[in-house]
Amino acid sequence: MNFPSKLIEDAVNEMSRLPGIGKKTALRLVLHLLKQKESVTEELSHALLALRKEIKYCQKCHNISDTDVCSICRGVRRDRSIICVVEDIPDVLAIENTSQYQGLYHVLGGVISPIQGIGPDELKIESLMERIRLAETEDKVEEVILALPATMEGDTTSFYITRKLKALNIKVSTIARGIPIGGELEYTDEVTLGRSILTRVNYSAD
Amino acid sequence: MHLKNIRLHQFKNYNKASVHFSEEINCFVGINGSGKTNLLDAIHYLCLTKSALNPVDNLNIKHQKDFFTVFGDFDLHGKEIEIKCIFESGKKKQLIQNGKAYDKMSEHIGLLPVVMIAPDDTSLIKDGSEERRKFFDNMLCQLNRKYLEDLIRYTHFLKQRNALIKQFAEKGRWNAELIEPYTREIMQLSKSIARMRHDFLKEYEPLLIEYYKTISGDQEKISIQYETQCLEDGFESTFKANEQKDFILRRSTMGIHKDDFVFQISEYPIKKFGSQGQQKSFVIALKLAQFMVFFKHLNTKPILLLDDIFDKLDDNRIERLMKLVADHEFGQLFISDARPERSQGILASMDADCRFFLIEEGEVTDWS
Ligand SMILES: [Zn+2]
Repeated sequence: MNFPSKLIEDAVNEMSRLPGIGKKTALRLVLHLLKQKESVTEELSHALLALRKEIKYCQKCHNISDTDVCSICRGVRRDRSIICVVEDIPDVLAIENTSQYQGLYHVLGGVISPIQGIGPDELKIESLMERIRLAETEDKVEEVILALPATMEGDTTSFYITRKLKALNIKVSTIARGIPIGGELEYTDEVTLGRSILTRVNYSAD
Repeated sequence: MHLKNIRLHQFKNYNKASVHFSEEINCFVGINGSGKTNLLDAIHYLCLTKSALNPVDNLNIKHQKDFFTVFGDFDLHGKEIEIKCIFESGKKKQLIQNGKAYDKMSEHIGLLPVVMIAPDDTSLIKDGSEERRKFFDNMLCQLNRKYLEDLIRYTHFLKQRNALIKQFAEKGRWNAELIEPYTREIMQLSKSIARMRHDFLKEYEPLLIEYYKTISGDQEKISIQYETQCLEDGFESTFKANEQKDFILRRSTMGIHKDDFVFQISEYPIKKFGSQGQQKSFVIALKLAQFMVFFKHLNTKPILLLDDIFDKLDDNRIERLMKLVADHEFGQLFISDARPERSQGILASMDADCRFFLIEEGEVTDWS
């Protein structure tokens, strides 16, 4: 792509480094900003800079946070006896949006994959063990929910963590996987359907 | 099932070509290097999403171009299926069925069965065990979705486990806790895959014996010896005991990736003790038995690609093979031959619709 201005070219190049943004989209965004008041660009750059400089990660659960300990970990109504282990930050947001969960989280920052050079040491696994071991008596952890992706890496990571937790003698569960609500059996892929049958649950007509 | 037509663009030595086929016999004639085998390979692409000859998609693009497309219309039980295979250098290969792109190439495998016979290709017998595992894996994957899925998982876990062992070796320390999830999966999948291989041979071997007899005219007894450690008692404890060796050799030394299928004639390995003719007959019988197994399971006769058989087989074997063709054992047939008069002579006597195509430097014309 040829640009009439070096300034535009630099801006487009920087913008198109973001995921999902191609050169064309970047150019459209850049031209859009030029048409707006100068303050719009100033506020945007200020917000981005502040984000980068001031963002923190919760010391307990490693979720994104404005403070040393995040609002979920500080929440007075949260159930401290349950920890839900997720791969990354967007998973916390997804589960929070269901409004079905009142416990705490633990963000691993990835899953184990030796090919990519990611082992337990690159993830927040030891920190999870510490957290459980060091919990105060009134905050004692009774259950860990593994909510990792349903991939081979997710499964091996779950298995590894489960083995580690065995020594700590607490309940370990994993989120159910199966047919989507409103889904037809015949259109469900065989692996999901097979797994749903193997992990079937009691049905009560009470 | 049959292929009605094919359209190529920048595939191997073809620039643009469009060909309409007979439902029965199609014969590609032309001098060597004209592109006969490439046309067979294009059909292979549509059926199995890849080349039979060159696994690197990039090398199947016409020289100095940056993409190829292969389109074709199939008739499957009266239903029209259009397959488009599009590959652009540096991008992901796309396979589209009736306008809808597949998420995974593997979902297409098994829909349009194909068998290719290249009698000169005795690498199945002569090469290492990998060739033979590939042959049976390929067949089982087309027949059995569970096999395909187990094999994909196995390959993936094996890669992960081997990467892990390398890291252990570099650090000089084995971490039993960390390798356990991979070992467990590999042991479990090994047992499941070996069981499926074993069961499959019970069905496949009698067909192989039958076709070997038909093609060779021999009375020699042939067999397949499936060699695996994965079905032995105590496989798991042997596997665990073997981890010391894994650590030293820096890779997984047990599992179904170590299996072999030993082809035997009169109870001796045909690799060492079979004559050239016996080996060729064996390769053809392997493929014909594959054809029959597909037919039985998938309820449709696979497309049969015969590459250069008239040149590479002696008259007796050609005659016996052509008798099967005349007896309508097969469905749609594609044959390549460098000598048009010869194939015309052989095929003229057939009670079948037979079309000839002349291939010259990547150009296809009807010929008769
Ligand atoms: Zn927190």
